[in-house]
Amino acid sequence: MKAPVSWLKQYADLGEVDARALGEALIRAGLEVETVDAVGDDVTGPIVFGRVLDFVEEPQKNGKTIRWCTVDVGALNPDGEPGRGIVCGAHNFAVGDLVVVSLPGAVLPGGFAIASRKTYGHVSDGMICAAAELGLPDDGDHGIMIMNDVDAAAGDDALPVLDLRDEVLDIAVTPDRGYCFSMRGLAREAATSAGVDFSDPVDRPVPAETSAGHPVQLFDEDCPLFIALTVTGIDPTASSPRWLARAVQLAGMRPISLAVDITNYVMLATGQPLHAYDRAKLTGPIQVRRATTGEKVTTLDDQSRTLDPTDLVIADDSGPIGLAGVMGGASTEIGADTVDVVIEAAHFDQVSIARTSRRHRLGSEASRRFERGVDPAATYAAAHLAANLLVELAGGTLSTDETVAGAVPAMPTVRVAADLPGRILGADIPAEQVVELLRNVGCSVSGDAELAVVPPTWRSDLTDPYDFVEEVGRQIGLDTIEPVLPTPPAGRGYTKRQRVRRALQSALPAAGFTEILTFPFLSAEDIDHLGIAPDDGRRRLVKLANPLAETSPYLRTCLLPGLFAAAARNLSRGNDDLALYETGRIFLARDGAAVAPRPSVTQRPSEAERADLDAALPEQPERLGVVLTGNWRAAGWAGPAESAAWTHAVAFVETAARAVGLDLVRVADHDHAPWHPGRCARFELADGTLVGHAGELHPSVAKEFGLPARSCAAEVDLDVLVAAAPDGGSVISLNTLPVAKEDVALVVDASVPAAAVEASLRAGAGELLESVRLFDIYTGEQVEAGKKSLAFALRLRSDHTLTDAEAAAVRDAAVAQTAADHGAIQRA
Amino acid sequence: MSGPNDSVEEMVRQALDAFARATTVAELNQARLDHTGERSPLALANRSIGTMAPADRKTAGQQIGRARGQVNQALAARRDEVEAAELEATLAAETVDVTLPVELAPVGAIHPITGLIATISDVFVSMGWEIAEGPEAEAEWLNFDALNIGPDHPARGETDTLWLDPPEAGVVMRTHTSPVQGRTMLDREVPIYVVCPGKVYRADEFDATHVPVFHQVEGLCIDKGITLGHLKGTLDHFARAMFGDVRTRIRPNYFPFTEPSAELDLECFVCRGESVGNPDRPCRTCSSEGWIEWGGCGIVNPRVLAAAGIDSEIYSGFAFGMGIERTLMFRNNAADMRDMVEGDIRFSRSLVGAAR
Repeated sequence: MKAPVSWLKQYADLGEVDARALGEALIRAGLEVETVDAVGDDVTGPIVFGRVLDFVEEPQKNGKTIRWCTVDVGALNPDGEPGRGIVCGAHNFAVGDLVVVSLPGAVLPGGFAIASRKTYGHVSDGMICAAAELGLPDDGDHGIMIMNDVDAAAGDDALPVLDLRDEVLDIAVTPDRGYCFSMRGLAREAATSAGVDFSDPVDRPVPAETSAGHPVQLFDEDCPLFIALTVTGIDPTASSPRWLARAVQLAGMRPISLAVDITNYVMLATGQPLHAYDRAKLTGPIQVRRATTGEKVTTLDDQSRTLDPTDLVIADDSGPIGLAGVMGGASTEIGADTVDVVIEAAHFDQVSIARTSRRHRLGSEASRRFERGVDPAATYAAAHLAANLLVELAGGTLSTDETVAGAVPAMPTVRVAADLPGRILGADIPAEQVVELLRNVGCSVSGDAELAVVPPTWRSDLTDPYDFVEEVGRQIGLDTIEPVLPTPPAGRGYTKRQRVRRALQSALPAAGFTEILTFPFLSAEDIDHLGIAPDDGRRRLVKLANPLAETSPYLRTCLLPGLFAAAARNLSRGNDDLALYETGRIFLARDGAAVAPRPSVTQRPSEAERADLDAALPEQPERLGVVLTGNWRAAGWAGPAESAAWTHAVAFVETAARAVGLDLVRVADHDHAPWHPGRCARFELADGTLVGHAGELHPSVAKEFGLPARSCAAEVDLDVLVAAAPDGGSVISLNTLPVAKEDVALVVDASVPAAAVEASLRAGAGELLESVRLFDIYTGEQVEAGKKSLAFALRLRSDHTLTDAEAAAVRDAAVAQTAADHGAIQRA
Repeated sequence: MSGPNDSVEEMVRQALDAFARATTVAELNQARLDHTGERSPLALANRSIGTMAPADRKTAGQQIGRARGQVNQALAARRDEVEAAELEATLAAETVDVTLPVELAPVGAIHPITGLIATISDVFVSMGWEIAEGPEAEAEWLNFDALNIGPDHPARGETDTLWLDPPEAGVVMRTHTSPVQGRTMLDREVPIYVVCPGKVYRADEFDATHVPVFHQVEGLCIDKGITLGHLKGTLDHFARAMFGDVRTRIRPNYFPFTEPSAELDLECFVCRGESVGNPDRPCRTCSSEGWIEWGGCGIVNPRVLAAAGIDSEIYSGFAFGMGIERTLMFRNNAADMRDMVEGDIRFSRSLVGAAR
């Protein structure tokens, strides 16, 4: 909402207040003043009135005809000359007309400096101005401004007469402050905050019902009040005077025609949207009713709209003639031949208008106001303001036969404890002050400890006791309230999940991994490109009804596609060596998901309703994923490059698990997309619960996602890690006896996993085994083809110093177990 | 001819000369063998004492004993010197270029948003608050209805909210972290002091200062006797923890879930308000307004308490919410919010380290 300060001053006795100070005061009162614009501040004179003494029309080679004019600018004429020579391209003026002339030295809007210049064979010593050149509303002809109606002499300064300069506040009106969508409302706020007088442009109350004017029939309670005034015999050719067009323009609307400008002006002034009908085009009484199925109306924007039975319409005997409170219809529009006008000022229900506006995707100045609440008591005065302006500016007669259908709805009485504002704001506010502040707002207040408050008709937003707390608060100023730190009860710190996340935030970056954030959306191709089976859980896709991009309408069911896309983006920017990880939720559709209930908001939902609310949501487990490509470590002085490999993907998972105190079981998984069938590890908890996968990507997957061959990835279920992560635990008691070391080299089939051999060694060695470590893998001449030799270092310790024989016995038992499990043969 | 005295003194002199000439441990060891070993002149002289007349033995024995003591002392002293010099030389020879680049693993980092969430969480946990979380795909009822956002509120429209298909199922991508507040009120006993950091979704904008998926942190306090003063005290503390010594102001605004509602502004920490009305010193950070909008806040609307079954006659509360990306922009000079969501490794690495 743009509010010229000059307009606000018509209603609020603000004196010489500075626009910035006014803006600050309105901000303190809770209005969002976004900018304070000094309109016309960049325009400087000399810009004066001039009288056209004479001109010669000179056709030019380019086909134009220019006028070489002599214009009298009084004292600013060159010595001894009757006027200045000025070249002008327009033809809408005559000898003797008073015009506006900008002389050399003047600067017009946009920094356009005027100087004497040679053009069309003359020296043009200034410019005869059109409205747009001065930043003023154009009359539609784009011609020179003819100022014969102004009582001014040639050479007089034109700037004060032109209303070129003003200060305009741009205010974002919050949904609860519909009344501030008007100069009336803003001026009232300004007057209240400055403590000065306010003179209300709404100068007359709504009278009792009468049907003397144009007949009106109200068939729906969402239209409780409808005023219809009739003005007959207007001059349809009358145009808006400059002040009217300028006022509408400064308030951010486009001047269109006299009738439209008047209704807009009165709406801007009072907040009450108005509509003017050509009476000759009305058929029978004006009716306000719901549309019937299949009805259509062509609105003023020339759109034919099919109506919904819940749309409130204005109709006559011909059918709908407008969308009530949103936009009028074309069939009864004021036209070039309109002489008799019916002016409508009606009140409509907020919700009804909002729904119709949204359904038809049609927002208008009227609907914007009705949605936020309009003062029903302003209807009658607004209609009269408009009718009087029409009579004044276009002639005609205002009929004394008026229609007032319905009445101003009664405002509710709200009970407010007098100490509530003080208790909630945390300030000492005596009851008498509360009463006074609420009366400032326009409320009628009675009572003492418990106040009975009736809000003014323009404040339909004031319905709850706390609404009045806010009214008190913004008048005493929130800045006056003393800050105090509250004292919560002893806290319990972070939850286990939060501690697990913290542990990962420390461990993973320390190990060389970098966290990124991605958008959790997928395309159908993303899932296909992963190469996952039709029955894979990652196809439990949740679709968005209105996705940000039509190409990615699904929520992610795994982290990898997002990580792959981020990796590809990094590669395209020359970031070649990547170890990128993300933690985040995935979204898995539930079978036969229910509709989420919408229980009453006046009480706590039942446990059953709560369960239904959660059952309607997709499953949303938290995942941890990584993608690796390029070098893990670049070639350097200390050694050759180390490529990112499956080992780093595995190390990522094990680093994460170890950071939260878990040792995972790792086994080969030969069939899990999107990984390489020979290079994928599956991680499990000791009880077999699946944790996730890591390894090298399948070459076709890497290719589909634009990643280099041998890129690697891992994804694990963070929820499983959180649930399994141990809390606390016991430290060990140190055994200080000497350690016995035994090395064994075992020959097994090449396909036997090292981890399985190690598990057998552990099982066979029993409890004297302190640790076992694989330190060499050998294939070659020394072992048979198809076999490999695995060398393990065993460390043994007991409650006494082990003899060589005891240690050898443990070693032999361990080896025997590997022989039994895997056919292992100990190398000599 | 020299006497025995002269001879012993000569032996000592030669030994000391030999030790002094030795510059390595090996040379010194040779000199030791030559002058203190079993075949050394002093050892031989010592052995010859037995052949002397008994009257001379005592004197000769004393003389040779003193001489051997003197030689051994000199040897020990010289050994210390030679070893020190040798160590020094070894260390000098082992010099490396400690400015060479070293790297155990690639430089890793958490995302700056994650780091900021951790910092914010620490501020509140240290005051005794707790951190609450909730789902990102959320029931319409919890995202809107329970927060007094009516069925016809424009925020529910498809231009603002991402709806799961079909929309009639009543599930949205949460547009704010406020539904976590609702869940908290349903799940916990009062008093409640929680902050809820998390990811939120909006359907509308994608530019330098808006991204459709971003993070918020909201705070909720419900207790007996809670006032707007408590809200201001908490926000002042939070603002100082984030931005150092900074002035704040709250000004009335409108949100359906709070009443009274207010907007929290920070004094511009670039111009400290000096750009206001001063065209010669324009400030890009605050557009010369002197204040920067940080977040929304207010007293919890009793209608919101009612939907959670909390009696507003007994309890009152406050709530506040800030954008974490926006906070990062102010706190760490992020110029373009899009940089935060593109997954570029350089952005993540730009705030390596946790203590910021």
